[in-house]
Amino acid sequence: MEDCFDSNTPIYLQLVKLFTIRIAGGAWGAGERVMSVRDLAVEFKVNPNTVQRALSELERDSLVYTERTSGRFITGDVNRIREARKNLIDQEVAAFVRQMKQLGFERDQWMAMVEESLKKENV
Amino acid sequence: MSEMSIIEIHNLDKKFGTNTVLSDLSLNLEAGKIIGLLGPNGCGKSTLLKIMAGLTSDYKGAVLIDGKNPGQDTKAITSYLPEMTYLSGWMRPKDAFDYFADFYPDFDRVKAQEMLRQFRLDEKQPIKNMSKGMQEKVQLILVMARKAKIYLLDEPMGGVDPASRSAILDVTLKQYQEDSIMIFATHLIADVEKIFDSVIFLGYGELKLFEEVDQIREKYGKSVDELFREVFACSVSL
Repeated sequence: MEDCFDSNTPIYLQLVKLFTIRIAGGAWGAGERVMSVRDLAVEFKVNPNTVQRALSELERDSLVYTERTSGRFITGDVNRIREARKNLIDQEVAAFVRQMKQLGFERDQWMAMVEESLKKENV
Repeated sequence: MSEMSIIEIHNLDKKFGTNTVLSDLSLNLEAGKIIGLLGPNGCGKSTLLKIMAGLTSDYKGAVLIDGKNPGQDTKAITSYLPEMTYLSGWMRPKDAFDYFADFYPDFDRVKAQEMLRQFRLDEKQPIKNMSKGMQEKVQLILVMARKAKIYLLDEPMGGVDPASRSAILDVTLKQYQEDSIMIFATHLIADVEKIFDSVIFLGYGELKLFEEVDQIREKYGKSVDELFREVFACSVSL
C-alpha cells in the first residue's frame, strides 16, 4: 500500500476514489461492514479524521450508510454500485482519450494500438 | 481562548542568552488532532516541545496545557518523547517498563509488551546492546503506552530505517487516542505528512504557517513537503 497518493490532490478525495474502487470492484461487497476508521488509517497510513471525512463523502454518495447502533456498511443497492463502477470506467476512459490526444495520436491510431495490446495479452 | 483548545500559547518569547529562539509565538491547538511541527534544524521545535512538556520555565508569555501552566499537574497528562535518550544503558525494556509503571499511573504495560512484540524486540535485552533504531523504538513504546491527553514527540523517527518508519507510523496510528492531541516534530515530512490533520511551520522562532494538510493541497496544489521546501528555500540561501 506504499504511496499510491499524489501530492496535489487533497488526501480525502484520493481516499474517496480508492474506497470507491474497492466497492465497485467488489473487494468490499454489497452490504458488508466497512473496516474501522482506525484500521483504514493504519492500512493507508493516513490521519483518522481524513478517513472519517472520506467515509462521510461516500455516505453522501450513498455508497455507504451508517446504522446508528451497529456501525457503517456498504450499500446493499447493487444498482448504485454498478453506477459507481460505470462512473469510474468513464473517468478512466476519458483520461485515456485525453492523454492520447495530448500525445498527438489520431483516433484510428490509438484504437489500433489498443487492439494490438489486447491481442498481446490474449484478452 | 476557545474552550476547545487543549493547548494555548500566547505571545511566547524564549531566549538563550542573547539568542532569540521563539519570538511572540501564539497558537491554539485542539484535542483530537495529530499535528506536525515542522521547521529547519535550530528553528525552535525542540524548545517549544520542552516548554509544553514543562521542562523549561524561563520564558515570557503564557502557556496553558489543559488550562494550567506547565508543571507537575500537566506532566501527569503529558507523554513526552525527547530527542535524546534518557534511558540508562544497563536497563532492559523490562526495567524501563517497571520504571514507567512506578512513575505514571496511566502506563499500560500490556500495551507496551504488545508493541515490543510488534517491533520484534526482546524484553530482556539491555539497551546498551541495541542499535540506535531499536533504542528509539523502545522509547516510543514507553511514550505511546501511556494513556495521556497530550503526546509530544520530538523526532521519533530520526535514526530508523524506512521499513521501521512505516512500523512506527502503524504503532502511532494504532495507539493514538481519539480525544488526545499529538504533536509530532520531524524533518522527514514526506514520510509522515499524511498522518497529520494540520501542520505548523516554524521558521526561526516565528510561526510561518498553521494549516490543515488537505487545505494546503487544495490551496497550493502541493504536498506539505513541497510547500515546506518552497517556504524555507530562501532562508537557506540567506
